[in-house]
Amino acid sequence: MSAAQPTRMTYREACRQALRDALNAEPRSFLMGEDVGLYGGCYAVSKGLLEEFGDRRIRDTPLSESAFVGAGIGAAIAGLRPIVEIMTCNFSLLALDQIMNSAATIPHMSGGQFAVPVVIRMATGAGRQLAAQHSHSLEGWYAHIPGLRVLAPGTVEDARYMLAPALADPNPVLLFEHIMLYNAEGEIPPDVTKVDITDARLRREGGDLSLITYGGSLPKTLEAAARLAEEGIEAAVLDLRVLRPLDEAAILATVRHTGRAVIVDEGWRSGSLAAEIGMRLMEQCFDSLKAPVARVCTREVPIPYAAHLEQAALPSVAGIVEAARGLLEAT
Amino acid sequence: MTTKAHVDRAMLLHLYREMRRIRVFEERCVELYQAEKIRGFLHLYDGQEAVAVGIMQALAARDAVVATYREHGQAIARGIGTDVLMAEMFGRLEGCCRGRGGSMHIFDRATRFYGGNAIVGGGLPLAIGIALADRELERDAVTACFFGEGAVDEGEFHESVNLAVLWQLPVLFVCENNLYSMGTPLEMAEAETDIHRKAACYRLPSESVDGMSPLAVLSAATRAVEHIRATGGPYFLECRTYRFRAHSMFDAQGYRTREEVALWRRRDPIPRLANWLLDNALGKAGELEAIETAIVAEMDAAVAFAERGSLEPIDALERFVTLDEVPA
Repeated sequence: MSAAQPTRMTYREACRQALRDALNAEPRSFLMGEDVGLYGGCYAVSKGLLEEFGDRRIRDTPLSESAFVGAGIGAAIAGLRPIVEIMTCNFSLLALDQIMNSAATIPHMSGGQFAVPVVIRMATGAGRQLAAQHSHSLEGWYAHIPGLRVLAPGTVEDARYMLAPALADPNPVLLFEHIMLYNAEGEIPPDVTKVDITDARLRREGGDLSLITYGGSLPKTLEAAARLAEEGIEAAVLDLRVLRPLDEAAILATVRHTGRAVIVDEGWRSGSLAAEIGMRLMEQCFDSLKAPVARVCTREVPIPYAAHLEQAALPSVAGIVEAARGLLEAT
Repeated sequence: MTTKAHVDRAMLLHLYREMRRIRVFEERCVELYQAEKIRGFLHLYDGQEAVAVGIMQALAARDAVVATYREHGQAIARGIGTDVLMAEMFGRLEGCCRGRGGSMHIFDRATRFYGGNAIVGGGLPLAIGIALADRELERDAVTACFFGEGAVDEGEFHESVNLAVLWQLPVLFVCENNLYSMGTPLEMAEAETDIHRKAACYRLPSESVDGMSPLAVLSAATRAVEHIRATGGPYFLECRTYRFRAHSMFDAQGYRTREEVALWRRRDPIPRLANWLLDNALGKAGELEAIETAIVAEMDAAVAFAERGSLEPIDALERFVTLDEVPA
């Protein structure tokens, strides 16, 4: 294979390679979490890393989310660069005290004396019939909290390269990996060896409306944009990538250009990240809007087990297409 | 191991001075609270001073401390200046946390003082991580983690103690059992009220100690720290103590009797040590008075420092929410 060829890999492989790079590049880093070592990771992300790096760098923990997340925070404050894995964001609620009351507060509360350079990775999202205690999307909640940086890689490229800058960040970073993306394949261009963790990225150009999304909803949104194109509607797709702090300039720029916005968010509608983005559009580019801002969010139910119910609850390609059409028909 | 704490006349006077500094600092805090110079929650350590003073005396500068919202005693005994502490109570820029933490959130990088945690049990997981970092970075340090007996109700206590033993981390767990978690007596909250037995069932070396005696605490802490440095693993001390005053400034104390408080006051470690020094002719004439005069002068200076402190400009409100770099 020549050097000019793009690299093809799955999102899972990209996450694993990112971990491998981080562990090689940063001697103070280690991975810690439930079943990350011997078992190879609940979603097989860390498979093989225990053999490669040993049990000081790949640290299996008891089922004590609060203690091992808090230990990651404490270790970061005291000079290490921990990468903590929580199996799913649903379990992160058992560690919410440490994330919110310690990681997010200590830099400020200490008057800048202590930084918390920890990375906390967790799986998020629905789609595998795992029912209401394994399927929620809580990244929007975390994006509410000052002091945290919240990342949602929606592409293989971001899964591959977001971890390095996250680990270099002096602040606590939460990284949400969508469970439906782990098996997805993608290509990384040969010239890409790093990404930023600050900017939203336009994944598709279009002048008729802006579809604003992130993470697991990105592939659905791109598919919706392709279908709309078949109907002659050109939709721009903005991948937020960073949910806190939001790249407000990019959001405003695309909506000022198109005059229409549909926000696609796997979080529940009420109090969602979509609501926040919609409000910022009202505040800052009301005059550019040709139609009311629309949203496609998850229906307000605990995610059910039955496949047809689960799918009905989640944002869908058809739902995004319909919302987009609705906006164009309205104007 | 037979090493004991080296206790001589100078050490006894030091223990007395440190306890007394904490007591007088907090008496000033009460006055200043009533004068509305200090606001928010104010949790006094009154009665428990022997614990912080005894433990700190057994630690080295390279060691780390994690404390709770009732941490004025730990902060002073650890060596944080009463001037920057008082300025913090006043919410001033010159405070150790630039007025952002207040009474419950004292942090100090120079002395490795990692808070001031006002979530009961919340400091324990942090202590695990700090100890893990110290071990991995080969710092040969002990992390002393203070918490009340109320923290034993929390899952974080059990998770953290288990991890410390499982990973053999250099943590000194210091449970200050003052019998009440705010207004709830221990026996209303715990099926097993003998707390050090809980630690023992996690295979954690543990003992109970008279928390009203600075010498008993110092002696046990010296033993504990020595064990930790020798083995690398954790140790647990239950210090049986009592807080003489209310839980915070808003507490009618309906949960305990005046007689009970009076009984415990008779065990107040500060006059007991003073009397013992005098009875055994270890305190020279005028020596305790000289200590008192120096402490009063120190606290006057601390209050004056806080009074003339400045206010953080509102423009800097969001500063430190995120940091541009890890402080060196």
